[in-house]
Amino acid sequence: MTRKQRRLTLIGAAGATLAIALGLVLWAMSDTIVFFRAPSQVVSEGVAPGVRFRLGGLVEAGSVERHGDQVTTFAVGDGGGTVTVRYRGLLPDLFREGQGVVTEGRLDATGLFVADTVLARHDENYMPREVADALKENGLWQHDGPAVRPAAARDLPITTPTQ
Amino acid sequence: MLTKLANPSTFLRWSGALLPWLAGLTVATLGIGLWMAWFVAPADYQQGETIRIMYIHVPAAWLALFLYAMMSASAIGTLVWRHPLADVSQKAAAPIGAAFTLVCLITGALWGKPMWGTYWVWDARLTSVLVLFLVYAGIIALWRTIEDPSRAARAVAILTLVGALNLPIVKFSVDWWNTLHQPASVFRMDGPTIYPTMLYPLLVMALGVTFLALTMHMYAMRTEVYRRRVRTLSILEAERLDERRLAA
Repeated sequence: MTRKQRRLTLIGAAGATLAIALGLVLWAMSDTIVFFRAPSQVVSEGVAPGVRFRLGGLVEAGSVERHGDQVTTFAVGDGGGTVTVRYRGLLPDLFREGQGVVTEGRLDATGLFVADTVLARHDENYMPREVADALKENGLWQHDGPAVRPAAARDLPITTPTQ
Repeated sequence: MLTKLANPSTFLRWSGALLPWLAGLTVATLGIGLWMAWFVAPADYQQGETIRIMYIHVPAAWLALFLYAMMSASAIGTLVWRHPLADVSQKAAAPIGAAFTLVCLITGALWGKPMWGTYWVWDARLTSVLVLFLVYAGIIALWRTIEDPSRAARAVAILTLVGALNLPIVKFSVDWWNTLHQPASVFRMDGPTIYPTMLYPLLVMALGVTFLALTMHMYAMRTEVYRRRVRTLSILEAERLDERRLAA
C-alpha cells in the first residue's frame, strides 16, 4: 500500500465510523426530530391532556366552523383518525378544507385540541391554475394536501412532548 | 494531463482564458432564466405569484449543497494527494457556499411567512440547512485561525469532511422525518412533480446559478493563487533583508 492509498483508506474508515455513529444518534432521536404527530397516532396511542405537542394532518372537508371573535373549529385527520381543533386567531391564507396544516397546542380534558398556532403545509405539486382546474374537471385530481405519514419510518410510542 | 492542468501556473493561464467565456455564459443564462421566471412561468394554482421565490430559493439551495460537495472533493485532494491547488479550491469554495446557503435561508423565510404563516420553524429541513450554514462559517473561521496555508488546509479538510455528513441529512430530512417543509419536487424517484412550464424556468435558473458559482469559484481561486505568491515573495524578501543585516 502506498502512502496515498493508506490515507484514502484511513479517511474512508473514519468517515464510515462517523456516519454509523451519527446514523444511530439520529435513529435514537427520531421521535423528537419529527415536527408533528399524526391524528391516527394521537387517537391510537393517546396523549395526556395538558402536554404540549404539534398535530399535523389534513383539514377534513366540511368540518370548518367559524364561531365569530376569530374562533374557528375544524377537524384534522389523516385517514386513520381525527382530532377536533379549536383555534383563536388569524388563519394563514392557504388554510382551507383538504389543506395540510400543522397546529400546536394541548389537548383539554374532553379531548379537544386547543391550538395557539396554525401553520399551513403545502405539498410538492406545482402547476398552473388552468391545469389544476382541468384535472379537477376530468376527475383526475389526486393532490389533496400533503400525505401524512406516521412519526418516522417506524412507529414510535409517544413518550415525550415535541417541545 | 490532469496533473499538468493542476499546476498553479498552468491553472492561471487556462483559467484566465476560460473566465471571460464562463462569465458571459453566466450573464446569458441568468438573463434568460430570470426573464422566464418573471414573465414566462405561470402563477401556481395554490400559491399564486409567491411561487416566483422558488426560482431563487431552490437553485440557491442546490448550489449550497453542490459547493459543499465540491469543497469535500477538494478536501480529499488535500489530505490524500497534498495538492496545493486542492487547498486553494477548498478555500475559495467556502465563502461562496456560505453565501448561497444564506440566500436559501433568507428567501425561504420570506416564502414561509406568506405560505406557512411563519418565517421560521425548527423542523428537520430548516434546522439541517442552518447547521450547514454554521459549518460553512466554522470553516471560514478556521481558515483564518491558522497562518500557514498548507497546515490550515489540512485542518480545514478534516472539518469539511466531518461536516459533509450533514449533506445527506439536508437532502433526505424531508423523507426521513415529517417536516413543515415540503418533500422534494424535482430530484425524486418518481420524477418531477412540477408542471413543465414551471420546471423549465427553474432548470434554466439552476444552470445560470451554477455558472455563476463556477465563475466566482474560479475567480476566487486565481485570487488565492496570487495571494500565496505575494506571501511567498514577501517571506523571501524578509529573509533576504535579514541575511543582509546579519552580513553587515
